[in-house]
Order: sequence, then structure tokens, then C-alpha cells
Amino acid sequence: MKSRLRFTLQLSFTLLVCLFMIVPVAMSVMAGLTENYFVGLESGLTLRWVNEVWQLYADTIWLSIKLAIACLLITILIGVPAAYGLLRSRRRWANAIEELLLLPVAVPGLATALALLLAYGSYREFRGSWLFILVGHVLFTLPFMVRAVLSVMQTAKLPQLEEAAASLGAGFRQRFFGVVIPNSMSGILAGALMVVTLSIGEFNITWMLHTPLTKTLPVGLADSYASMRLEIGSAYTLIFLVMVVPLLVAIQWAGKLTQQRD
Amino acid sequence: MSSSVSITLTQCSRTFAGGNTALQPLDLHVNAGETLVLLGPSGCGKTTTLRIISGLESPDKGGQVLFGERDVTALPIEKRDVGMVFQNYALFPNMSVADNIAYGLKIQRLPKAEIAHRLDEVTRMVDLQGFGGRRIDALSGGQKQRVALARAIAVRPKVLLFDEPLAALDAKLRDRLRIEIGQLLRELGTTAVYVTHDQDEAMALGDRIAVMQSGRIAQLGTPQEIYHRPANAFVADFIGAVNCLEVIGTRADGGLIVPGGELVATHLQGVSSVYCRPEDIQIVPLSQADIKGKVVQSIFLGQTQRLLVDTGGASPLQIEAPSRQRWPNGTGIGLTLTPRVLFHPDKPTVTGNAKEQAYG
Repeated sequence: MKSRLRFTLQLSFTLLVCLFMIVPVAMSVMAGLTENYFVGLESGLTLRWVNEVWQLYADTIWLSIKLAIACLLITILIGVPAAYGLLRSRRRWANAIEELLLLPVAVPGLATALALLLAYGSYREFRGSWLFILVGHVLFTLPFMVRAVLSVMQTAKLPQLEEAAASLGAGFRQRFFGVVIPNSMSGILAGALMVVTLSIGEFNITWMLHTPLTKTLPVGLADSYASMRLEIGSAYTLIFLVMVVPLLVAIQWAGKLTQQRD
Repeated sequence: MSSSVSITLTQCSRTFAGGNTALQPLDLHVNAGETLVLLGPSGCGKTTTLRIISGLESPDKGGQVLFGERDVTALPIEKRDVGMVFQNYALFPNMSVADNIAYGLKIQRLPKAEIAHRLDEVTRMVDLQGFGGRRIDALSGGQKQRVALARAIAVRPKVLLFDEPLAALDAKLRDRLRIEIGQLLRELGTTAVYVTHDQDEAMALGDRIAVMQSGRIAQLGTPQEIYHRPANAFVADFIGAVNCLEVIGTRADGGLIVPGGELVATHLQGVSSVYCRPEDIQIVPLSQADIKGKVVQSIFLGQTQRLLVDTGGASPLQIEAPSRQRWPNGTGIGLTLTPRVLFHPDKPTVTGNAKEQAYG
């Protein structure tokens, strides 16, 4: 009897917390789909606002996707060799570098952006291009890639596998691409999904670095909330969710894949 | 299969960062086609020696590694033409059994037909037919080590290196794989160096055994030499059980007085102690005994039993007896020893130079 009461209490508390977090999201989504939010659902459902967002902000969505893909490529190209280097180097060094890598995550994005502006703001071409934002995104997301890859590399017994490959005649390149990369794949996958998600949602750094011509999705979202009808901002949120939720599900799935390997 | 090659280490030492000496300057020659076992307790330098031969580690300045006439000291492992089997298998988890075995062949860019032919050949040799498509994590420990073995011999290496390959397996499987590896090595005729801390494995597989102790070779010889003529107390004790009888005095006719009686051993004059193996001591009626004592403990081992006999010496003698006979504690027992089975290491110190220690 007692345990049943406890179970009921726990369940209701959990449901309450869920509601508390889900209701605002659901309301926002509904707002993006209703004709007039202040009138309510009676005014009817419509895709008009979604369409309008697309008209107004399509370029921000494309820029965000472009940034995310470019950011992913760069973090893989830098992050995977970096993780491998950390794996092979001595502990003291490795720890110091790992902490250094985490700095852009710990420091507020605004401060990072400010530092970038101070250092490179005078190069007008660069400052005005999307590449400037890309630098910010790479700084912010790189540690996530390195950590994900490194943790998989550490459990994969790579040094032994490499020795075995070397004994069979494989040179460094053959070992790296034939043994190291395939056995770190789950880490690279987990890191990649993380990087893409973070890059698409990044606001702090981007808001400081953007120009009217280089707005990303979250910056556009802030813009629309500030200056447009509430329905448009909500429809914008809806589009963002459609892009990001599948990525989050994929992160979960990649995480499971990694655990199975161990 | 391949032309085998001799291995010569000259003055190979190894000092690790921090000043730890893993290996004293070492000279070692492995004949072409021979299986040499490096035997010793952990930390004796046997694995370091193997890694220097393999090229995974370099000797300190001044050391030299020759494969036949060829100086390979500066070559990394991938250029040395060796096959290596590791204790933890080190199989590639991202590849199937067949892909693991064929890995070295693909690195050599052999034609497809040749790869298929060799794959077939080695899987038959290690008795893994039909396992080609399996995932590595779907194999048992013994099967994994067979795959590792097949992978190492598929490339037809000049030298085969084994780093405690059976240490992770359970006893029964270890015995079976040991026999199979022995057959395989004889069949292939490849020069092999085999590291282990297990004396049974060393005896069964080694044409010669190098017993190592704290970074030096304590003795190098055939299993028979190592067992019957150990160079010092450490070797005698490490390989099998050994009894040490203190010599209390010498009689005019040359007999050695030991606790519990006396022994005839004209070849062992002037020593302070003599050694013998438990299985070399015979049990005889008390009236014919050279040495008399009392059984203080009997340990049943199945095939035999081990008796501990107190003769008044510092430690009880260990004796091997037939397992069906009963020896209650306190029973008087008579023992005899032929001169042939008594030995004494000439110099009870460990010396570093293998050539000085080599018999025959």
C-alpha cells in the first residue's frame, strides 16, 4: 500500500515536471500554426506563417546549414588528429591541452566573440563574410568533437591494435586510415552530431559576429521575435525544431551504438 | 614455407625514461628455424627483449639487431618482416575473421587469388574453416588466439614472435593450444621467439630456453640442460621444484654428511650444499636408506603425491611418491639418492653474458 502511494506520488511529480517543460514548447508550436494567437484555435490552423518565415528568412536557414556542414568538416579534420595526438602524448601535456580546448566552452560566448572582433575586426573582408562566424563556431564546437573521439579511442585499445597492424607491415598512413579511424567511428559519429546540433543552435557568439548579410537561424529568430508578429516567431521556432529534433534523436542512437561496442 | 633467418642481438640494453633499466647489455643468438623461449618472472626483461627483436622498441645506443646478415636495428617493425602474436589478441574489432587474417596480405597488395589461397591455407592450419565471416566479438578466447596466429603466419614472416599468447586462456585450452602451436612451429620451420612465464609452456615449445632474471639471461640451454643442470639456484628454483641439502661435513672416503644421513657424490667435493629434484629421490626400506626422516605432510596431486619429509635440516625435503600409497604424518621414511641426480650450480651468481652460460 505504502509503496503504491509512493509510486503514484513519484509518477505525478514526473508528469508535472514534464508538463512544465513541454507545455511552452507545444504552445509555441501551436502559436506558429494558428491564424491568430490572441483569438486562439477558433481562428483556425494555417501554414501561412511558416510560409511567411520561409519567404523572409530562408537565407538564414541555408546559412545555418552551410555553417553547420563547414563547421563539421573542419572539426573532423582538426579534431580527429588532435584526439589521436592527445591519446599518444604523455599525460601531463594531454591534460593541459584538453583543459585549454575546453576554454571556449567555459568562457561566455559574448567574450569569445568580443575577442575575435578585437583581433580580426579590422580585416573588413573577413569580418563581413560568413567565414568569420565559422571561426567562432569551430572554436566553440571543437572540444565536443575532440572529447567524443578521444573517449572512444581510449577504450578501443588503439595502441595495441596499431602494433598488430604494424607487425603485419602497415605503415603509419595505412594504420591511421585502416585501423585508427574505423575503430574510432562511433566517437566521430557522436561528435559530429553534437557539433552540427550546437552549430545550428549557437546564438551568443553568432549574435556578436553577424552582419545584416550573415544572419543565422537563431539570430533571425531573435530578430523575428523582436520585430515581427508572435505567430511568425513561433512558426520560425517550429522550423528550427523540425531541423534539430531528428539530430537529437540521432545523438541518442549514436550513444547507444557506442555503448554496445564496449 | 619461408626461408628462415637467424637472429643476433649484440649488446642490446634498454633504459627507460626515468633511469629504469629493463635490460642489461645482452648478447643473444637464435639459430635459423629454431624456437627460443624467453622465460622468467614478470619484470625480468623478457618482453622488452622480444619488443627489441620485433622493432616495437629500440635498444639503447650501441645495441645491434641482426636478422641473418642484415642489420635491422634502425628499421621499424613494419619493415622487419615479422609476425607477432599478442597476449590480448589485438584483433581488429571492425573487421571479420577473414579480413583480420587477410590484413597483412592486403597491405602487401597481393593479387586477390593469392590472398584467397593463403586465407584458405592458414584457416585450415589453425582449424578455423567456416569462421571467415564471423565477427571478432562472436569468438571465444581460444578462437581469437587462433585468428591472431593465422593472421601472423599468413604473411609468411621470416620471424615469428609470441608475447605470452596463452596467458589469458584457461588451463585446459592453454594445454591444447600449446600443443597446436608446437606442431605449427615444427611444420613451418620459421625462426620463433616465444615469451612466457610458464615453465611447462617453455619446456614443451622451446628448442632452447633462455631463463631471464632482472634484465639478464641467467641461463641459456636446451630444456634438459636447464632442468637437469641449472646454472644457479634461481634457475633451479624457477624451473620446477628443487631440494637443497646442506653439507654438514665430509667423510674420509668422500661421503657427504647431510641432515638425516650421508650421500655419495664424488663429483661434488668441497661444496656447502647439494641440490636434487623431488622426483629423483627414491623411497626405500629404512634398512637400505641413505637418509632417514619423518613425513610431516603429504599433498595429494592426483597422479602423484608430494611428501614433505623432515630430516632435521633447515627445510623439509620435497619428495614425489606414488599416489596410492598412504603416508600418515609422523611415519618414518627411508630415502636414497644416486650420485647422478645430485647437482650443484658452479657459481650461484647470475651472469649477464649469454655466451658464457651457453652449454654445447
